[in-house]
Amino acid sequence: MENAFTIAAYVVAAILFILSLGGLSGQESAKRAVWYGIAGMALAVFATLVGPGSGYWLLSLILIAGGAAVGYQLATKVQMTQMPELVAIMHSLVGLAAVFVGFNADFTISMVEAAKAAGETVEGTFATLVAKKTPIEITILQIELVLGVWIGAVTFTGSVIAYGKLAGKVDSSATKLPGGHLLNAGAVAASLLFAIWYFNGGGFFALFVLTLLALFIGYHLIMGIGGADMPVVVSMLNSYSGWAAAAIGFSLGNDLLIVVGALVGSSGAILSYIMCKAMNRSFISVILGGFGGPAGEQMAVEGEQVAIEADGVATALNDADSIIIIPGYGMAVAQAQQAVSELVRKLRAKGKNVRFAIHPVAGRLPGHMNVLLAEAKVPYDIVLEMDEINEDFPDTDVAIVIGSNDIVNPAAQEDPNSPIAGMPVLECWKAKQVFVSKRGQGTGYSGIENPLFFKDNTRMFYGDAKESLDKLLPMID
Amino acid sequence: MKIGSPKETFEGENRVAMTPESAAFLQKLGHDCVVETGAGANAGFSDADYKAAGVEVVKTAAALWKAADVVAKVREPDANEMKRLRDGQTLISFFNPAANEKKMDAAAKKGATVIAMEMVPRISRAQKMDALSSMANIAGYRAVIEAGNNFGRFFTGQVTAAGKVPPAKVLVVGAGVAGLAAIGTSTSLGAITYAFDVRPEVAEQVESMGAEFVFLDFDEEQQDGASSGGYASVSSPEFREAQLAKFRELAPEMDIVITTALIPNREAPELWTEDMVASMKPGSVIVDLAAEKGGNCKLTVMDEKIVTKNGVTIIGYTDFPSRMATQASTLYGNNIRHMMTDLTPEKDGVINHDMEDDVIRGATVTHAGDVTFPPPPPKVAAIAAVTKEKPKELTAEEKRAEEVAAFKKQTQTQVGMLAIGAALVLGVGLIPGMPASFMQHFIVFVLSVFIGFQVIWNVAHSLHTPLMAVTNAISSIIILGALIQIGSSHLLVTLLGALAVFMASINIFGGFLVTRRMLAMFQKS
Repeated sequence: MENAFTIAAYVVAAILFILSLGGLSGQESAKRAVWYGIAGMALAVFATLVGPGSGYWLLSLILIAGGAAVGYQLATKVQMTQMPELVAIMHSLVGLAAVFVGFNADFTISMVEAAKAAGETVEGTFATLVAKKTPIEITILQIELVLGVWIGAVTFTGSVIAYGKLAGKVDSSATKLPGGHLLNAGAVAASLLFAIWYFNGGGFFALFVLTLLALFIGYHLIMGIGGADMPVVVSMLNSYSGWAAAAIGFSLGNDLLIVVGALVGSSGAILSYIMCKAMNRSFISVILGGFGGPAGEQMAVEGEQVAIEADGVATALNDADSIIIIPGYGMAVAQAQQAVSELVRKLRAKGKNVRFAIHPVAGRLPGHMNVLLAEAKVPYDIVLEMDEINEDFPDTDVAIVIGSNDIVNPAAQEDPNSPIAGMPVLECWKAKQVFVSKRGQGTGYSGIENPLFFKDNTRMFYGDAKESLDKLLPMID
Repeated sequence: MKIGSPKETFEGENRVAMTPESAAFLQKLGHDCVVETGAGANAGFSDADYKAAGVEVVKTAAALWKAADVVAKVREPDANEMKRLRDGQTLISFFNPAANEKKMDAAAKKGATVIAMEMVPRISRAQKMDALSSMANIAGYRAVIEAGNNFGRFFTGQVTAAGKVPPAKVLVVGAGVAGLAAIGTSTSLGAITYAFDVRPEVAEQVESMGAEFVFLDFDEEQQDGASSGGYASVSSPEFREAQLAKFRELAPEMDIVITTALIPNREAPELWTEDMVASMKPGSVIVDLAAEKGGNCKLTVMDEKIVTKNGVTIIGYTDFPSRMATQASTLYGNNIRHMMTDLTPEKDGVINHDMEDDVIRGATVTHAGDVTFPPPPPKVAAIAAVTKEKPKELTAEEKRAEEVAAFKKQTQTQVGMLAIGAALVLGVGLIPGMPASFMQHFIVFVLSVFIGFQVIWNVAHSLHTPLMAVTNAISSIIILGALIQIGSSHLLVTLLGALAVFMASINIFGGFLVTRRMLAMFQKS
């Protein structure tokens, strides 16, 4: 059984993990916090290898080394703009691992039962643990295991689909099989039935069918959610992978798994909540996918979009004293963050007050823009949150919107019938002048017309964000 | 075009409308420049300076008026100069059009274009050619300097070995451009400065210059300056009474009073009455910048300095800018050349007198044989009208009540959540046959969720992506389960366990490394 040393090591590891998450409250302490996380993980794995997991320790070490090599490749090769995809695909690995571990637990249970019936003893740490359990404990074990496998399976296919959508390999619009929500509800009900059958001796077959159902739910659920809701989806999947780990921890009787699973699960849940709040939508409506239909006739947008060329933007920027830049997903797509950083560097060198305004759901991952700007060496103290900067727009000479749309849509405040009514937005139209860098005249993800583009103080700077900025840069003197 | 500036004929006028510096800019616009000999002598610019800047110097005023297509002057033209004005010529100068109908008619009859510098509208775009402001700025500064010249004490308070010196108290009445300049000069010399204006919206500007705004106990809404192009308008008799009462109260304390109150096209209002002067301390100084329009104090004598019976000096000079001729000429010259820039949009030396342009239209008083004064109101408002709505100030009790209510609500939600949570946990414990081994793990689980919620709320928004990557890495803790199972005697179990170990370790290393990579990028400026 687990020896005292392993448990002691788990306590230390748990504290390290908590400190690791708590340290993310500030940029400087975060750098230390990662090391806490790494130390905690190393300690946990080491304690397991010398303790209960000592069976095939050489094989384990080789596998870990192999995983490390792949992980290293992934982590160093990935572009910062591809961060959402990377996080999504990594979630799928956790989900799949949880499914496997759950299956293993089931095999062990049947193996132990068979051995008991034959009057033999069993080998292996987990098997001996199972052998000691009473029938009711076995049932609880099975419940936990089913939960772990089910959540793990949903996480797996969900993450794969989320990855596909973020990487552009799957159409990012919300698509549903006929039957929509009913199909999902049916699959959930069927999973429940199979779970009950499994508890009553349905064997591995019941568990397997249940897993297939969960895989389908994960696939269909995420297919039904559109690209702009991805920050919520990714943090939700993050949460699921945590809960799966916690459920598996219960079935294995491993406290560290429970602790970490619960930490990750609640972290993902809070992130999802923050994202939903930033879009003024309920979690349920995001998960069920798509925007609700408009409550009434939307305000017609009057006026026309006035285009401007790079020299006009350059003149305005040269004259401006205070500038706020609002980046969005379009900046990530065009890989324009370096050009933006260069622009900011030039403007700041001239003593202008240049800042960034970041909407909580800008991009496809919570905090996506911050990471991209950090990569481009934009100092983080000029990158501000919506609440910190929204009041400053009236005193701002120029606001530049780069590849964002819905998060700067004044309809959220002005039109009660708009689908995004009530969503907090960056009030960039209150600046003296607004430039919108945009690929073409289309609407944003939500398909809503943006009255900002038609305002008198707005000029449209059409073209690929990176090319536009590269054109603009030499004109800033 | 040839732009010329004659020597000013008005007695005591030292300024000149073109400096070597402004001439250089005018030449860049494609114009030629010419000055009368000695035009800049009193302002410190010699003929040689002009020649060095490529300006032609002619001997007589007559020759200059003949040679120049555009004549730039400071003072309004005298009778002689009006005679020299000819058809097609443009005159840019102060002109006082409201009081000069005869001259306007004469100029229009001749077919000359006259641009009156005092008529430049007060809109943002025209600030660079607003000569009234640039001259008023100088007048405000000089007013303080003149006052200091006639004041027997320091401005600033000092504690010296030879004794304590109290700071001078300065009151500036009228916080227009001149008033604000006076306030700035006075505060930077160290005096305690008070300022008053009938336009309540300037209180902020006054305070930004370091002076204290004198508020009246008066309820009537004053018309703000936005409706009258930023200038003061006439106030009601009641308001005037309240204002005078306040001044009467302040008069005995003040060492220096600078009055700058002017209402466009009217006599200057009387603000500093004889009894206030009488109540002032001997040695005090009054500078009346409104002397030209009759003065804010009735005792003021235009262009003179007088001393009253009780020893108060009253300065009524009207030529403050001319007393600082070099500075004034430089600024006025720049105003003129900005006007020329607008008149020469193509920078090709050809004047395009665009009567559609708000600024040019506003300043032009005669053009193409017609008198074009007064101009129509400008299309752009000078200053945005102030919105009067102010958020209701909460009293201390209301604030307190709000806090208490918020606290109560918070307590209620928290207690509610606690009750629900506790009930759920207790419910799990009450399930019959629930083994103790499960409950031990369950406690750990609930506490961990609790800790998670407490910790994650503090994570900075900008670190959400690193947070995801870290939680992703540590959710691979599932590797422990796989490690435990890998030693099983069941082959399939070992196989699946091995796969799980492999995948989880990808995640561990990938997650932590990518987080480190991201965090290393965050840097302070």
